[in-house]
Amino acid sequence: MPVNFTPSATDYLRFLPEIIMILAGTLIMVMEPLIGSNKRTAFSSVTLLAFVAALVAAVSANNSPGTSFSNMLIVDGFATFFRVLVIGVGILSVLSASAYLRREHADSAEYYALLLFSVSGQCVMATANELIMIFIGLEISSIATYILAGYLRDDKRNNESALKYFLLGSFATAFLLYGIAWIYGTTGSTNLGEIRNFLLTGGAGHNTVLAGTAAALMFVGFAFKVSAAPFQIWAPDVYQGAPAPVTLFMSAGPKAAAFAVFMRVFTTAFGPITNHWEAFVWSSALLTMIVGNFAALTQTNIKRMLAYSSIAHAGYVMVAIAAHNQIGIAAAMFYLAAYALMNIGAFAVITHFSRQGEKYVNIEDLAGLGWKQPVTAALFSIFLLSFIGVPLTGGFFGKFYIFKSALDANLIWLAILGLLNSAVAAYYYLRIIVVMYFEEPGESTATLEPLTPGIRTTVWVSAVGILLLGIFPSILLNFATSSSALVK
Amino acid sequence: MTLLDGVLFLPLVAFLFILLFPKDGVNGIRWFSLIASVIVFLASLGLIAPYWFANPGKLTFETDLPWINSPNIHYHVAIDGISLWLVLLTTLLTPLCVLVSWNSVQKRVKEFFAFLLLLEFGLIGVFCSFDFFLFYVFWEIALVPMYFLIGIWGHDRRIYATVKFFLYTFAGSMLMLVGIIYLYNQAGTFDYATILRGLQNGSIAPTYQEQFLLFLGFFIAFAIKVPLFPLHTWLPDAHVEAPTAGSVMLASVMLKMGTYGLLRFCVPMFPAAARNCSGWIVALAIIGILYGALVALVQPNMKKLVAYSSVSHLGFVVLGIFSFTQQGFDGAVYQMLNHGVSTGALFIVVGFLYERRHSLEINAYGGVATAMPGLATVFMITMLASIGLPLLNNFVGEFLVLQGTALINFRWAIFASLGAIFAACYMLWLYQRVCFGKASDEVSKLKDLGAREYAISIPLIVLMVWMGTFTQTFIPSITTSTAVILGPVDAKRDVHVRKEPSLQLTGKETADAR
Repeated sequence: MPVNFTPSATDYLRFLPEIIMILAGTLIMVMEPLIGSNKRTAFSSVTLLAFVAALVAAVSANNSPGTSFSNMLIVDGFATFFRVLVIGVGILSVLSASAYLRREHADSAEYYALLLFSVSGQCVMATANELIMIFIGLEISSIATYILAGYLRDDKRNNESALKYFLLGSFATAFLLYGIAWIYGTTGSTNLGEIRNFLLTGGAGHNTVLAGTAAALMFVGFAFKVSAAPFQIWAPDVYQGAPAPVTLFMSAGPKAAAFAVFMRVFTTAFGPITNHWEAFVWSSALLTMIVGNFAALTQTNIKRMLAYSSIAHAGYVMVAIAAHNQIGIAAAMFYLAAYALMNIGAFAVITHFSRQGEKYVNIEDLAGLGWKQPVTAALFSIFLLSFIGVPLTGGFFGKFYIFKSALDANLIWLAILGLLNSAVAAYYYLRIIVVMYFEEPGESTATLEPLTPGIRTTVWVSAVGILLLGIFPSILLNFATSSSALVK
Repeated sequence: MTLLDGVLFLPLVAFLFILLFPKDGVNGIRWFSLIASVIVFLASLGLIAPYWFANPGKLTFETDLPWINSPNIHYHVAIDGISLWLVLLTTLLTPLCVLVSWNSVQKRVKEFFAFLLLLEFGLIGVFCSFDFFLFYVFWEIALVPMYFLIGIWGHDRRIYATVKFFLYTFAGSMLMLVGIIYLYNQAGTFDYATILRGLQNGSIAPTYQEQFLLFLGFFIAFAIKVPLFPLHTWLPDAHVEAPTAGSVMLASVMLKMGTYGLLRFCVPMFPAAARNCSGWIVALAIIGILYGALVALVQPNMKKLVAYSSVSHLGFVVLGIFSFTQQGFDGAVYQMLNHGVSTGALFIVVGFLYERRHSLEINAYGGVATAMPGLATVFMITMLASIGLPLLNNFVGEFLVLQGTALINFRWAIFASLGAIFAACYMLWLYQRVCFGKASDEVSKLKDLGAREYAISIPLIVLMVWMGTFTQTFIPSITTSTAVILGPVDAKRDVHVRKEPSLQLTGKETADAR
């Protein structure tokens, strides 16, 4: 195959969002020493600007879909969906982080630079069309996130969180890399489309077993990144230890991007060998839901509880992947968007509520919030009801659509057990509502200040987004459905 | 846009308006909720017109608009003779509940009335949705405000009660959701009429085993809500801990969501499975009737007593539905309304007593009749209605149910009627202990009913008498609609149930007599 090493303008155009973010990240790092300590807000403004520009670039890139850089990247509806999603997560993270960083006296440029790098890595993941790019994107995203998790370096829990995340994450990435090596050895290619063709045509006999092993190895890597059981052990500690706005970011952006590559690899490249991976994906989905929901029941720390809840929700998305049909992909896309919104909203409230040094992160601390700050509590309740899956919220429609795809694929028991799981989940989410509304305000709520503008924006945007997705899901679902055909 | 849309969405609009009210404008909020809910009630009276003056057997006030394109979900609302009265029951009880809570709710007034109106929205929606997705949405929406009503304004063990209530119902609805999605995947639509037609003409043909599982999924969801023995354990807790308005809405309307679902969806969609299961379902219903009555007999707490009497009364409704006879169906629907009126009134009376004496224990009372003759009178009429005294409403419903049951199996009717006898025992005994005897010092100081309280009680008492005497106001529209459901169900009867000629004759005779 003749390789053209001079990329065209379209190639760059399709890669523009990543370019913008990387440049802005570098710019911010350079700016840091030059800017006086009284003009710190400049960092967040530049970051926001860069994210918005990247968002525009990502949307406009969708007008000229296709591959770029010799088929290494692909811009299609699926990629655009996830790019917009992770950039949106980036924007909301910046909005909710700046007040937090000021509060903790850690308002430095690195935070924003790392955020930009991490999101650009996730964008690469979303557009990657071959395994090496996936790996590179994953590493860009992960390494930045590892550092973010330990951002307050004098805080013990931050250090624990970062170290744990880094060590276990590297270990899991090794599996992924090993899987990539294996598949390259088997099929002679790292391009997803070519792997698929190889498996469809030439891959008879022992070849599919080898490819299946590769799929299993890569599954380990991806399952770790999306915190699916049995590779979910890291999540609670890391989520609990990391600064609240970082947890907000981690549980939405990197997770969505990891699911994006998970779906792209498993439906495109490993589509022909579904029989090899379907069983372990659905058993992992079931296990993930059960572990997440049952462990969350007994948590007292709200960050930790939401970490387990995030495991459980990963399980729901895995159900959609196990269904391995087009509706499943669309359902997973929709659900990830809705989940990102509700999680960001919930963690934004927690970020604000926890106060300096994250003093108040127990569920009991929220006592009486409903009467002290009715609007905040009402919005928080919307997020919780969406987690539960009460109709008219995005969470319900996403869940509905996921289990619909599972029933389409005849995974009846998985659907029933999954839905019963969400009844279990209702218990621990309700507990927060119980505390907020049915108990009298304590010291922690009495001293609460009004929401800062950034967090207020984040919370309102998330809440309105969730209700919109719940009442008019078509606005997102139509796009998700039309771009869920990964195999072309 | 039909009148029904107006009736459905007015409470939602009122709910949103209340949110804008200032927190301390307590009186404004009360008056606003009262006026809004009365307007909804008056508007809903207009829904009767086609059934009195034109008497259609089909759906009226139908609106069918696409809501979500893919999956194909419609905003499809309409009413028939069954929905009509349940909607009216809801719209009637909401203003009464506003009045009941006028003084008894003192904290967080704004939120209370907001949730009450949201509850009304959800409940009306449940009874008029003809699209499964929409039905499910309303089914769950109704759950949320009730959860808060019990949890915030309830008594001591409110948190336990409300969480239990939510989880029970939610777990049941999950099974129903699986069923709904499964049906959608078979039919490609959520439209109830289309699915029903498909199931009847065989274009959607689940195997018998699938039918059975689908039936079970829906049945469990509804049976929890009814609640059918042994899934009833959430009910006494929720009823006892709820504030008066919450108990009233819960008992009078929310429980009917379950029986309505059984009648509207479960039985017509899966007639074969329903018939084959009717044996054990009837057994559970009868156990519920007897068990509820016997447990009510020994309750020291008035609210708990009324709660268990609900278990017993709702057993009659289930019995009527699973007798698969015209009389049984009519009686079941009529009994849903009767129970709504008379048990609602009982909870209201208990609420009146509680507001004055701050106790729900029966032995804290005695001699109420001398201290509060007005209340004692209201209590007595309500109590007699609940027992099933002829000329009062419950008698008609119970009679029809027992008649329908006797046509199928006379022994069932005997057992069930024992429940009616027990009902007389626990109610009369309750009344005796509360109202008669020598009034203690505390009781003799209590004030009799005021104007507001009469305004709540009198409409209900008028209804009890009206429903007991002028049944023709209600029955024709109910019969036409239940006949629509029963027709196709009955057509399949020969296949599954042996006809007994002698009983058939009796059935014909009674039909003539009617």
